[in-house]
Order: sequence, then structure tokens, then C-alpha cells
Amino acid sequence: MNKVMDIKNFYFTYAKAPKPSLKNINLPIYENKVTALIGPSGCGKSTLLRSLNRIHDLYPGNKYEGEVLLKDLKTEEMENILEYKKENELINLRQRVGMIFQKPTPFPMSIYDNISYGLKLMGKKNKSELEDKVEEALKDAALWEEVKDRLKDDARGLSGGQQQRLCIARAIAVEPEVLLMDEPTSALDPISTIAIEELVAKLKDRVTIAIVTHNMQQASRISDYTAFMYLGELIEYGSTEQIFLNPKEKRTADYIAGKFG
Amino acid sequence: MRLLINKIVLFLSTLAAVLGLIFLFWILITLTIKGVSALSIHLFTNDLVNNGLRNLFIGQFILALIAVILGVPIGMAAGIYLQEYSFNNKFASFIRNLSDVMMSAPSIVIGTFVYAIVVNPVGHMNGWAGAIALAILMLPIVVRTTDDMLGLVPKELREAGVAIGAPKYKVIFNIIIKAAKVGIMTGLLLAFARIIGETAPLLFTSGNSQYFTLNLNQEFPSLTVAIYTLATMPDKHLVEIAWAGAFILTVFVLIINLLGRYITKEKK
Repeated sequence: MNKVMDIKNFYFTYAKAPKPSLKNINLPIYENKVTALIGPSGCGKSTLLRSLNRIHDLYPGNKYEGEVLLKDLKTEEMENILEYKKENELINLRQRVGMIFQKPTPFPMSIYDNISYGLKLMGKKNKSELEDKVEEALKDAALWEEVKDRLKDDARGLSGGQQQRLCIARAIAVEPEVLLMDEPTSALDPISTIAIEELVAKLKDRVTIAIVTHNMQQASRISDYTAFMYLGELIEYGSTEQIFLNPKEKRTADYIAGKFG
Repeated sequence: MRLLINKIVLFLSTLAAVLGLIFLFWILITLTIKGVSALSIHLFTNDLVNNGLRNLFIGQFILALIAVILGVPIGMAAGIYLQEYSFNNKFASFIRNLSDVMMSAPSIVIGTFVYAIVVNPVGHMNGWAGAIALAILMLPIVVRTTDDMLGLVPKELREAGVAIGAPKYKVIFNIIIKAAKVGIMTGLLLAFARIIGETAPLLFTSGNSQYFTLNLNQEFPSLTVAIYTLATMPDKHLVEIAWAGAFILTVFVLIINLLGRYITKEKK
């Protein structure tokens, strides 16, 4: 099995924080698998996820230490994304590592423009090619049938679940290697949640997914690997089956059994 | 006893509200009666030299328009800096405070300032000076509005823009400003309404002119300054024209304000 990303001895410290929020994290992300990050609030799972596309760089003063490796598609070599300095490198990184947020984040423009935005940023201008890509992405995100007659409508008029699928379509349109999902269903109703979960299962053939979730059932349903985090440390990592059925650490077992969290 | 206090407070506050409203309506009614009776087509088709207001309307509008062209880009750029690039450092809070202080600066002070830096060196009053004074007057409003409205855009939207691979300036211009568009537009309209009714900053910067002109290098026709001058004239007819001008100006400002409210409501 191939690692797409590999996190090694990783520390993360927020600006002006006296201590690191993430301590000595070692975690592989396997290709075309779903890796779930679970743990109680404040354990650092979102912080870790948000390090993987360096979105923390939006705010000054945050500090990364250690290595976060990402496989270069052409050379198959692992490259440390923490060494990226130029804006170009970061833009390139974010095109390769997409992100879905807790709250749906449709851009204030039409459904079509939302999807084509990322493609245009990559320099795609050909109109028919764009149209094809938009349709393909919407179909992949299981949204096409619902929106094909109103692509010109404002994306903010969609329901929450549709908006989230739109965001997924927007992210996969640029064909990233990895998709980071930060509690993508916590703001959605149960039906929309199921739709997103089915989508995750369908998409993993094409893109590696790392997902943060509060919902243990969700983690067990959709992930192949699970990492349990607590107080900024990675307590246990393994196949989802092993973590849920046969955890080695007592804290993992207690958390999964609902004794704290 | 508590019931009694309650009644007294209720009575006093109602009285205060009624008192305030009486004066407001008094002003409006007087203005409407005197203004409407002086209205005529003649006012719109003739310049001040022929006892009309045409050149004044156009002049006032041009002054305000140039002020918008000067003030809005600078103000918006400053607002964008404060909200998107400054990360609330000390310099940003200094600028914010300064801008707030400027907002409450008396407009006559700004007029005097522009007199000193523009009119005095040039040697005579001119349209540019008036437009600059109005631009300075609206600047802090634009800064504040842009800053506040961008601040209302959730940070997730910025992160989503960056996460799709957009450079920061594109996130700001393609996404964040669009998301805050309605609020910013409303703010700009209100800023425009604020400056179009100003007299003090124009009084000794652009002055006034009896004739129609588009030449900003000389004294420039202004409705508000004309109202001020005409109202102090001994000639009764000229005072009537001033009333008409004041009435039209009030209606115009009212329309802009209503438009601003309408836009905000539409969004919700």
C-alpha cells in the first residue's frame, strides 16, 4: 500500500501559544483510503487536518515543526510541504490537497461559477472543456440531477446538504490527490449526512480522503483507518476495525465506549 | 408604587419621543409647504443667474460624484487593508481610531483644512477643492463601512477560497467583496447621501457660481451653498427659490436613504 502523505514527528504551535497544540504526531495517509481522525473536542484533530494543506498560514505566527510529506505525482518522491515558502508552492499544494469545511462554504456566485472557479485558477479557459468538467464534477458529487436546470442560479440558494455537495464538487473538479474533510456533516440533517457518506465511499477510488469527525458511527462506517487523538497527541492509529473492535490503548477503548468525550 | 414609577417613566419617554417627532415633522411640513409652493419647471430649466436651480443641481451632483471617485477607492483600499491584511496590529488600531475621530470631525474644519492646502496655494476657490473636501468627509465612512462589512464575512469563506488554490488578493476581490457587496453598497449610498447635503466643506472651497459650468478650475455651482446665500437675501423671491432647493435636496437625500434600506431588506 502506498502512502500519499506521511506525517513525521510533527509539532504545531498556534501564534502566541506557550505550548504546542500538536505533539510528536506520526501518521501515514494511505492512497485511496479513508483515514478518520477522532477524539474529543480540543484534541487537535482539526488542527492536524488543517496543517495538511497549510491553511494555518492564513494567520500569522503559527509554527510547524517536523515533517509532513506529500508524494510528488511524477517522481513518486515524498516532498516536505512544510518547506514550501513561496505563495506559488502553497497554491499548488492546495490544488493537490483540497478541503471541505464544517459549514458549507458556497462562494457568492452561481452554481456553475462555483465549480469552474478552481479550474479557471488553474488556467483552464476553454469554455466547452469547462462545461464538461463542471458537469462531471457535479455528477461525481451526486448533485447534477438536482441542479442541471439552474446552473446560473446563486449557489447560496441551495439547501445545506446541496451546498456541501457543491463544495465537494468544487473541490474534486480540480482533481486533487487528497481531500481533507473537517466534520463535513456536523451541520447537516441525517438524510444529507447519508448522501455525503455515500459520496465519500464512492470518491475514494479517485482521491485519498482524511476526515475529522465527532461521530464515532460515522468513522466506523466510512473509514478504512482511524487515528484517535487526545490532548494534542496521537494515542492510537490502526485499521478502523482494529481501533473499534480491539483497541490497544485504554483511552481509545474508553473514548469509543463513550466513557468520556 | 412600582406601577406608578413604571407609568411615570412610560409617560416621560413617550413625551420625549413625541417632542422630538414634533420638531422633525414641523421642519418637514414647513419645508414641504414652502418648498412645494415655490416649485416650478422654471427652476429646472434655468440657471441661478436667471433665478433657476439647474446649474446648482448639476454642480452639486458633479462635486459629490468626483468626491465618490476620489474617496471610495482610497477608503475601500484602507478598509480592505484593515480587515484583510493588518491582522489587527497596532498600526491598524491606530488607523481605525483616527478614522473614527475623523468621522466626528466638524465638516467646517475639513473645509478650512482644504482651504489651507488647496485654495490658498491656488489663489482662488475652485471645484476640485470642494470635491476634495467632500472626499475627505466621506473617507472615514467608507473606511468604516468596508472594514465592518468585510468583517461580517465568515472566515470559513476566506479559508475555502484559499483552500481551492486562489491567491489572497483573488479571494478578497472575487469572493469576500462579493459576499459583502450589499452591505458595502448600502454604506456607499449613505456616504453619498451624507456628502450631497453638505454646505460647510464647500463654503470656502468651491464657493458658488451663478452660471452653468463643468470647469472645476474655477468656482463651482453648489446647491447647498446657494441655499445658504439665497436664504439671507432681502429679495423674497430668492428666498422662495432657496426653499424649493432645500425641499428638492431633502427629497433626494430621503430617496437615497430609502434606496439604501430597500437594498438591505432585499438581501434578507
